[in-house]
This record gives sequence, C-alpha cells and structure tokens, in this order.
Amino acid sequence: MKEINVEDISREVKRLCIEAACDLPVDVEKLVVQAAQTEESEFGTYAMEKVCRNIKIARENTVPMCQDTGMVIAFVEVGQEVHIAGGLLDDAINAGVAAGYVDGYLRKSTVVDPVLNRKNAGDNTPAIIYTSLVEGDELRIAIMPKGAGSENMSALKMLKPAEGLEGVKRFIVDTVVNAGGNPCPPTIVGVGIGGNADKAMQLSKVALRREAGAPHPDPAYAAIERELLKEINKSGVGPQGFGGRNTALAVQIETYPTHIATMPVAVTLNCHAARHKEVVL
Amino acid sequence: MAQAKQITAPLTDEVARSLKCGDMVSISGTIYTGRDAAHKNMVEALERGEELPVEWDGQVIYYAGPTPARPGKVIGSCGPTTSGRMDAYSPTMMDQGLKGMIGKGPRSKEVVDAMVDHGVVYFAAIGGAAALIADSVKECEVIAYDDLGPEAVRRLRVEEYPCIVVIDSEGNNLYEQGVAQYRID
Repeated sequence: MKEINVEDISREVKRLCIEAACDLPVDVEKLVVQAAQTEESEFGTYAMEKVCRNIKIARENTVPMCQDTGMVIAFVEVGQEVHIAGGLLDDAINAGVAAGYVDGYLRKSTVVDPVLNRKNAGDNTPAIIYTSLVEGDELRIAIMPKGAGSENMSALKMLKPAEGLEGVKRFIVDTVVNAGGNPCPPTIVGVGIGGNADKAMQLSKVALRREAGAPHPDPAYAAIERELLKEINKSGVGPQGFGGRNTALAVQIETYPTHIATMPVAVTLNCHAARHKEVVL
Repeated sequence: MAQAKQITAPLTDEVARSLKCGDMVSISGTIYTGRDAAHKNMVEALERGEELPVEWDGQVIYYAGPTPARPGKVIGSCGPTTSGRMDAYSPTMMDQGLKGMIGKGPRSKEVVDAMVDHGVVYFAAIGGAAALIADSVKECEVIAYDDLGPEAVRRLRVEEYPCIVVIDSEGNNLYEQGVAQYRID
C-alpha cells in the first residue's frame, strides 16, 4: 500500500492547470504548424500564422494562449494499492484547480448555477472529475482545460443500428462542418461510439486524451479516422471558418460495446488550443 | 495580402460603410468589451427604461472576457469569444447606435439584416491568439458590472489591433464566400 497525501495532489493539479493554459503540448503544436504550412487560403494562412506565433509567445512568457482557460476536466486513475491520505480526492483536486486559477492569473469561468444563478464562482471550481480504479500503486492525473467555444459545438445522436457506418460518418462530418468557424478550427475531433448516451459523450472526451494525430490501434478504425479527416477537410470551412483546407487537425475515435437496439455517436470538438497535461504520483 | 486599412474607433457612419468584406483593418482608439452576461444586463436595463453604462453611438464592442492582468501588465490574454451567443442581443445594441462588433464565428440572419439596416460592420479577430492580441491593448478600465468578473464591461484603448472585416454593412459575408470558394464537392 502506497500513501499519497492530498496536499501533493493539490500542488500537482495547480501546476498542471497553469502549465496547460500556457504551454501547448508538442503533439498538438506539430499538427498546428503542419496546417499552417499546407493552408492555401489567404485568410486561413493569415490566421494560422497568428496562431503559431501566439503559441510561442504564450510558452515563452507563461501567459495563457487563450483567454478561455476553460472548465477543468480531470481524468484520475487511482491504483488499487494507493491510499489517499489527509482528505478527499475530489476536494484535493478542486483545491489545486482553485490555487492554479487564482495564483496563475487564469480566467475564472465557472458559474455557481447553470440557470438560476449564473454568478461567477471566483476560483474556477468545481472541476469535472472522472475517476477510475486501475492496477498498481500509482495515481495518474490528466488535466484537460476545455474552452466553451468548442464545447458548445458538442453533439450526440442515438443512431439506429440500420444506419450503419455510413450513418456514423455522416453525423460526425455534419457536426464538424455545421460548427463552422465557432469552435476555432482547425479542431481536433473527439468521437465516442457505443455504450449508452452518457458513455458515448465521455468516450468522445477520452478520445481527446490520445496523443494528437495518433491513429486508433485497430487498423479498421484508424482507416475510418483518416477517411473522416479527409472528408471534413473537403468542406472548405478552413481556419477560423474563413475558408480553406484545414478544418480539422485529427479525428480520434473511441468505442465501447453497446446494446442490440442502439448505436450512440458523440462528438466533442477541441479547438486548436487543445490543452492537456498529466502527472503520475 | 493587401496592406491593412488604418481605422479609428469609435467609427463614423462613413467609415463603417466604407469597409468591405475581406478588408484587413488595424483598429486604434477606444473599444468596449462586453459578452453574454453584460449584454443580458444591458438589454434588461433598456426594458426597464434605464440608462446604459456606455453611450453606444458609433462605438465598437469587443466580445471578449480577458484573463486577469499579471502585475505590471495592462491586461491578460484577451482573444475574441464566439459572437453567435450575442446574436439575440445585437439588434437591440445596434438600435442604440453600435457601429462595429469584434468577435469570432458566423452571425444569424437577424443580425446581418440589422447590420444592413444600421450600416454596421462585423470584424473577426483570431480566436485563440489571445496572448498576441494583448499586445494591442494599451489601457484597460472596468466601467460597469465589475461583479461579473471576466464578463464586466471594460473600456480598452487599443493601438493597431488587427482584424478582418468578415461581414460588411451590405451583408457580404466572408464566412459564406470563403467556405464556398474552398469546398470540394
């Protein structure tokens, strides 16, 4: 049994929140630079140049690349041999988020009630926390601050099994193309297929945790990802929706078994500032 | 790419109408931030017959909620937010004399129609280029709704803030034209 103190968890979460906001992971940056180099449209090229410069300025000066420093999603994998000491895991994560957003000069974007009282919480809590138990004596925390501009373009469809692969592909392409310039394209397209409604949505987030542009381990799904990316980039939406060749940087699919009567498909878009950081304790 | 047109905010009717879809502009002068909650507050204030915190005649609104300024800095990162969320309020703002809007993403038909009626121009800034954009902001002051935090109305003095005219006062729309030009059927 390994003991991990809540204070260590909070401290690491705080650090990850600040790093995530200011330092775009190299896997995403590589795809952004590639898009800048291949873009053909005048305004698309202009936008991508600005985005590339912005990534460097944010990293060099430790300032947020985007003012929407997001609502924090935390994926936590707790080894079964770990004992968390000194308090509750969720409290520790939220304390880390609050410290990171206040001390790191990040924008506080959560409101305390979605409908009746949209008062700013003042510390960007609570995070959305997905915890799973895994083998071993380690605690893995992945932080994904997610902006609402891209999140607002999320979609779920409960397809009939008869709609088949064609139905799945059509829904994904339509969702990305109809989002137009709203989610700050070029985007990374997270897709969850299977399970039930909420499982599919969650899988679409899990898909965004994968190294940006890395193919699905199953060659059949990897081929579908490539085909969808090509199809999306034919749409002409382009960077920022100004028109161009780069509407998405990657399509990433995750699947789960499902019920005989259904075929849920969920899409979550991540903007070009596809932030994610993780730590193992 | 053509040289950016230097323009000064607030805008005269003549300047607003002279800008055409696809023009690169460089905005200097005074603009105001305002987004979801501030728009809601202002439209509700008008319904109650109250005065607004800004005299909007000729002004440019910037849909943005910046990160907090670090010590010694004027403002934090401050890129544009998605304009479509303000569509429900924008025609009312144009009735108040608003001449320009800066944001990102397409607008509703109702907004474009109101722009044509009032001779208003819509500029796009680059979404997600927020650290870069902060360099164009020279002064920043909260002038209303401080309790809204990032959503407060701020008066900004900007110098050479680069934008693209995406929808002009005749309703020409880069989001439609650009996409049509690059779509492969």
